[in-house]
Amino acid sequence: MAAPIQRRSLWGEGLLLLLIGVFCVFPFYWMVTTSLKTQVVALESPPVWWFTPTLANYWEVLFVDKVGPALINSIIVAVCTTALAVGLGTPAAYALARFEFRGKTDLWFWFITNRFVSPVVLAFPVFLISRELGLRDTHLALILMYLTFTLPIVIWICTDQFRSIPRELDEAAMLEGASQWRIFRSICLPLAMPGVAVSSILSFIFSWNELLFAYILAPKAAKTAPAMAVTFMEGYDVPYGKIMATSTLIVVPVLIFALLASKHLVRGLTMGAVK
Amino acid sequence: MSFRVPRRTIAAFLGPAVAALAIVGIAPLLYAVWKSLHYFNLTKLAQQRFVGLENYAAVLSDPVFWQAMGRTGLLFIIAVPIQISLGLLIALVLHRPGLTFWKTLTRLSLVLPMATTYAVVGLLAQVMLNQKYGVINQMLGWVGVDAINFIGDPTNAFIAVVMWDIWQWTPFVALVLLAGLATVPPEIEEAAKLETKSNWTVLRHVQLPFLIPSLVAVLILRTADTLKLFDMPFTMTRGGPGSATEFIAVLIERVGNRQFDIGMAAAQSIIMLAITIILARLYIRLFYREVR
Repeated sequence: MAAPIQRRSLWGEGLLLLLIGVFCVFPFYWMVTTSLKTQVVALESPPVWWFTPTLANYWEVLFVDKVGPALINSIIVAVCTTALAVGLGTPAAYALARFEFRGKTDLWFWFITNRFVSPVVLAFPVFLISRELGLRDTHLALILMYLTFTLPIVIWICTDQFRSIPRELDEAAMLEGASQWRIFRSICLPLAMPGVAVSSILSFIFSWNELLFAYILAPKAAKTAPAMAVTFMEGYDVPYGKIMATSTLIVVPVLIFALLASKHLVRGLTMGAVK
Repeated sequence: MSFRVPRRTIAAFLGPAVAALAIVGIAPLLYAVWKSLHYFNLTKLAQQRFVGLENYAAVLSDPVFWQAMGRTGLLFIIAVPIQISLGLLIALVLHRPGLTFWKTLTRLSLVLPMATTYAVVGLLAQVMLNQKYGVINQMLGWVGVDAINFIGDPTNAFIAVVMWDIWQWTPFVALVLLAGLATVPPEIEEAAKLETKSNWTVLRHVQLPFLIPSLVAVLILRTADTLKLFDMPFTMTRGGPGSATEFIAVLIERVGNRQFDIGMAAAQSIIMLAITIILARLYIRLFYREVR
């Protein structure tokens, strides 16, 4: 008597899982298929599900519409800001995890509070300042501004990671006469590599996805891919295939990284509020 | 025990990060406060002058600002309860034993929406919700609903933003709550399941107390992110039609970047920041302090 009920509920559960999966994945399916349509096919009403796919949109956006250079800008900005955040953030995280000093809690709160500051607050003053300093439309301006969210992420996740390394290791090294910097560099940092990797992936994802700073600070030469995608919408004739090809090119690297760090993505998005 | 280290060492470790965050985070903020006390329009630079708190008075009595705030609040009030109920349902399903492989697969698919570039989410909405060529309207047609003008009609555009917010963030809420469910000690959960057949009783009296921290985290993070929400409505509707989807960050962008009134935009963003910081402090007090 119990078995058939069990089986039926399993089927129901499977169906529910499928529904959840389709809910999450369908927009991506539609994005990729639309990117393989010609404009004529994309503008069929009602939309068609079966058609002859073409890579023409990708060819066109990459080499004619300058999405290629925009993607390169995105890579430069995301990689540099991540490297900088790790370089600056890991020593700070080590200090927060190991040293006792006055004002530590306040400092830590300040780092975390950055998670809540909207970029729109900083964008205009930075726009004016970067104009004065001749940094407008440069990679450097974006790299520096992206530190406002990458640095707190690195500090949070790495502080956690350093705390999990036994202090006895530090103490033993200290008895050997190693300097604090040496202990950090040669003992703790290598052991904290998992945390460094996760926080690097997360700061890469967040910088890659950023739009507002990029849109306001980098209108031409340093334009990143998301800002590029926005400009496609500005004409009268909306090129669906090209927009979706650009979107696919933007989203695919992020999704790969997100799947690699899937266990930690939620932790990063909540600044560690959830393990 | 903690190491006693000279202040110089501490400064060497922390100094660079603190200096960097002060330069990119605090300096522009102070500059924004300074500019908010001026009439400063990029197209009328000659008329630039110190006006004291005039901009603030203008913002606080500006119906457009409060309408945008209200709209942002309305989005939160509609979307977040739906995200929490759907997310809880998904988390409970994934938490049950069995079908392990399929559950892992589902969990991976849940990761995708929240990692997606927010600007792309808005573009996707444009394509999928189009009245004539959109697949969503095609699907509505299958169940006998007439095509809806999602982007062009004020109410529908707002609904579309809510729908898309739900799509992107329900998986996030589900995963946060799933992590919360994992903190329930298994022996307690099993004992409770032997006591009662009702899943509801188990949820209400055994699991819910353990979910409170996750729920608080979800509420406050969704508050912060809703106040920040810019990319998705901007790429989808540019805040329109009219001002139907002009959320607070979109409004500030329009005033600063499209009306060039940077003094006013600065005042608006400082007021928004004050609201955000009050909420952030609340969050930290409610949640992080217990963790530490």
